[in-house]
Formats: sequence, structure tokens, C-alpha cells
Amino acid sequence: MNIVVCLKQIIDYEIPPRAFRIDRQKKKPAMPDASLVIGPFDENALEVALQLREKAGGGRITAVSMGPESAIEALRKALAVTADEAVLLSDPAFSDLDPFGTARVLGAAIKKLGGADLVLTGRQSGDWDAGQVGQLLAEELGAPCVNFAFRAEPGGDGRVRLYKETPGGAEILEAGTPVVATVTNAETNQLRLAKVRDLMAANRKPVPTWSAADLGLDPAALAAGRIEVLDLYVPTYDARCEFVTGETPEDKASALARRLVELKLV
Amino acid sequence: MAGESTPQQQDQDFADYRGVWVLVEHARGRVNTVSWELLGEGRKLAARLDVELAAAVLGNQVDHLVDEAFEFGADLVYRVDDPVLEYYRTRPYCHGLSSLIRAYKPEILLLGATSMGRDLASAVATEVLTGLTADTTMLDVEPPPSRLLLASRPAFGEKILATILCKHRRPQMATVRPKTFAMPPRERGRRGPVIDAPLGLTEADIATKVLDYVAEEHYGLKLQEADVIVAGGRGLGDPAGFKLLEELAEALGGVVGASRAAVDAGWISHEYQVGQTGRTVRPKLYIACGISGAIQHLVGMEKSDMIVAINKDPRAPIFQLAHAGIVGDLYQVVPVLTRAFRERLGGQPLLSA
Repeated sequence: MNIVVCLKQIIDYEIPPRAFRIDRQKKKPAMPDASLVIGPFDENALEVALQLREKAGGGRITAVSMGPESAIEALRKALAVTADEAVLLSDPAFSDLDPFGTARVLGAAIKKLGGADLVLTGRQSGDWDAGQVGQLLAEELGAPCVNFAFRAEPGGDGRVRLYKETPGGAEILEAGTPVVATVTNAETNQLRLAKVRDLMAANRKPVPTWSAADLGLDPAALAAGRIEVLDLYVPTYDARCEFVTGETPEDKASALARRLVELKLV
Repeated sequence: MAGESTPQQQDQDFADYRGVWVLVEHARGRVNTVSWELLGEGRKLAARLDVELAAAVLGNQVDHLVDEAFEFGADLVYRVDDPVLEYYRTRPYCHGLSSLIRAYKPEILLLGATSMGRDLASAVATEVLTGLTADTTMLDVEPPPSRLLLASRPAFGEKILATILCKHRRPQMATVRPKTFAMPPRERGRRGPVIDAPLGLTEADIATKVLDYVAEEHYGLKLQEADVIVAGGRGLGDPAGFKLLEELAEALGGVVGASRAAVDAGWISHEYQVGQTGRTVRPKLYIACGISGAIQHLVGMEKSDMIVAINKDPRAPIFQLAHAGIVGDLYQVVPVLTRAFRERLGGQPLLSA
């Protein structure tokens, strides 16, 4: 089974709000030196792929990332946890694409790879969090999409069995291939740590870079997005906190308890 | 974009696209209340645009849902009633809703940012070639003639808000998290016109088939329905801290919640998480213990009626949002609160009025 996992390299989502800077004119983050990580749900998707390959007793995992040169680090990490190969999609025409443009680029790359039986993406990127690329990619590939999957297993007759989060629990589906699934986080799909030996092997693997021209894509057509950012800002909260005072923590707690009773909240 | 030679390619005034729609989400005969919350918010948008507010109801034998939609504010209902729609699956629901959109052309379509709503919204946006803003926490419209939907949502680890426009495509679609907006009042017996449309799809046309449905106890649902939530974060320092919070929650007839920091530390499972990647809650009382107040947590609980914060650090961002706060050690404060409420309530449930 050929599995493609789409990974996005993003600004570390753990950077505290007070350290986060945005350029309100350009409507972009202004964080040139920020540490970069793989999107959290993309890591879950990679783990789902690794477990599926184990359960199937074989298969090939290709990690694909669209991004600047630095995104090769995300792909190296995927290789280090034993993805079989990796491809970087990088071109000035690929910067600032909306989700529709992103899906077009990823779709072209997967076609160039010769297609895939299963394509996995995170349910959302972890930075802009538009949460649409997986579904749009399925459309590009003419494949069905299963959203909010958290686990995959080999199904009967070459099908894929997918476990999907639903409002009341989980659904198990079997889909024919090719199929796209967006992956959500669960306790069972936290990305494993790389072994030292695999880390070193990952650094030696060649990672090809494909441009718009390599993928036969017209940069001008990619640039015409469907949605745009009007504004980007740090939200402010105007609630004023009433600090409960007292000599000891016990006094404060008693005063708070009385206050909540006064307010008829308790 | 290349290959998308639709009439919408060029700027238009979209005069044939009018009205605000809400997709009514339901499972096993029960509506997800986010749909009614969206009718409440949709009413405001419709009023500003001077258009009708419609509900789209898809399913099998959904007459009772249609009646409810009117009672929660819909002016009219578009209905697709077909056995194929017995339970939610992406393809048939996408087909039905997309057909309705093509036939009746809404300018705005809102769905709950639930697993179903997110799934359906992205499928429909792809199908009808429009833009979509997911997980919005604020909605507004520019008044006519622009009529643009201003959809804002957290981005970048939920540290900042982005306002997104869809200028060149219709409908303008957004998903909204449950409990972001208040429930509208219910007007019993209110009715309106129903427009029926065929699904035009059979079982054989559908690529995925549900094999089995595994019902799990889902803690998140209880969390979203609770009147009182006592939540813990990194400041607990230890998983055992949740025992203290449970005692306080129990004394108040509430439930325990957690920040992502506490979940990531492995102290409590993901089902308990409040915030952008967890649940959005709107209880009457939210007590945040040892939670610093990352935006990703705040967007999940900022609509709570009363927010109480207990934190050692007086500069913690949670205090900017809290209505009442105690600067102090939660391990000293929480047990006193628990005792006080136990005595006060004598074992009676809270908020019984």
C-alpha cells in the first residue's frame, strides 16, 4: 500500500502569546527567528501512517511538504521516524497560497508520484488552521475524503479501514482506494520518537525538491485565491477582574465563596 | 484558478445570491443545539442584510426537526427527506446540500464546527467552488451594498484572530464552534413555508459505507452541558491535583475540565480539554485553577457567565478575562472553597433555581 502523508512546517505553536509578533499591514506573523515544528495534527497523521504500515506488514510511506527550503527539516523528521521517502514542494509561487491553491499543489505532486492508495493530512495545519486542505485535496485527486480519522488499519480486499471521531463516539468505515483522510489527535496517535540510528540514516537520504514548473502548474493561476485575510490582530479582553483580598489563602477562599453565594451563582 | 472556469470567476454583485442559511445538524432524531445557536446569530446577520433566515434540514423523516427550526427562528425551511440520509455520511449530505445551494443560492451558509459540520462544510465548499472559514468565533456582515461576511477565527496557536473574507465566491461559508453564541428563545407553534427538494442519489452511488458504529461515552458532551466547570492547568504541577478539583466540582454539582498544558503533560485525557483544540464551553460558573490563560484556552471558555481564576502569578493573562480572582496557591484555596460549598449546600445540588 502506498501512503502519502502531507506535512506542514509551522511556527512553533507553543510560543507564548507575549512573544508572538504580527505584521498587521502584511497580515502575517513577523517571527523570522521563531522555531519551526511540524503541525500537531500532521504529526498525528504521520503516526497513523506508521502504525498502518506495521499492521499491514509492509507498504511505502512518502512524506510531502509544501513550504520554503526550511521545510526540509520537517521531512527529515518524518524520515527519522522511518517514512520511506520524502519530497519538498518549494517555489516562490507557493508562498501565501490559500487552502484551494495548497490542495492544487499537493494534488499535482501526488499525481507526479504516481498516485497513492491512502493520503493522510492533519485535520488542520496548526498555524492558519483553515482546516480545508485534506478535503480539497481529495477533490483534486477525485478520491473520497474521510475527516477526523484517528486510526487506520488494513481492510478487506485492499480497502482501508478508518476509525473516525463523531459527535457521539467513533465510526469505523471501510473505503476503497484511493482515499484521503484528515487526522485528528487521539491518545493512540502521538508521534513516536526517532531512534538515533534512524536519525542518522534520515540525514543521508536524498530529498528532491519540486517546483511549480516540475509539477506543470501555472504560478499566476495559483495566486488567484478564493478567500483572503482582511485583518490579523491580537484580541483584547475588557473584563475587569475583581481580586478577592484577605490575610491568608483561607480568608481569600472564604471571601470568594461568600461572593459567589451573593451573586447567586452558588 | 486554472481549470475552474465558472461564472463566478469574475467579480460580480451576486445579486441572485440572497439569504442566510443554517444547516440543521442532527443524529438519531436529536438536533445538535449549535444549529439553534446559529439560527439566533443568523437572525442578526439576516436583519442587517434585510433578507430571510432559512434552515436547511436533510435527513430521513425529519418533520419534527422542521417544526423545531421554525420555533427557533427560521423564516423558511429547505428540506431534503430521503432514506439514504438516515445517518450522516459525507457524500450524500454534500450532494443534497450542494443541490439546494445551486437551486436556491444563499449568500451566507453557517454550520456548526462539529466533526460533522466541519466535514460537510469543506466537502460542500469544494463541490460548489466557494470559500470557507472554519472554526469562527465571531461573525459580522458589512451592510449593503458590500454584504460581505466578516468571519473571524483564532490562528497561530490561537494567539491571534484573523478576519477572513470571501469576496469572489458565493455562498460565503463559515463553521462556528458550539456554545459560541447563545441559544435563541423558542417560540412554540411558530411555523413557515417548507421547500422540498429531491436528493437525486441512491445507495449505489456512495463510495464509503459505514461498517459499524461504536458508541463511546464521550466526556466532552457532559463538559459542554455542565453549568459549573472546575478546570486545572499546568499550575497543578501534578496529576494528583485533579483529585482536589474533582472534589470542588462535586461539591458544586459540576464537572472537571483541563487546559491543553495539563492534557499534554499526560495528567488527564483529551476528553477533558477546554479550548480551541478541545471543547468550547459556556457554563454559568468557570473556575480556572493554575491556568495561565493561553489564548487557545481562553477562546474555549471566554463566554462563561462568571469566570473565577486562582493563580499564583498576578500577571497571568487569565486575570484579564476573569471576573473574580484569587492570587494564591490553589492547593490552599481550593480545599477551603470545597468545604465552604459543602457546608453551604449540605449536599443539595446547586443552581437548582
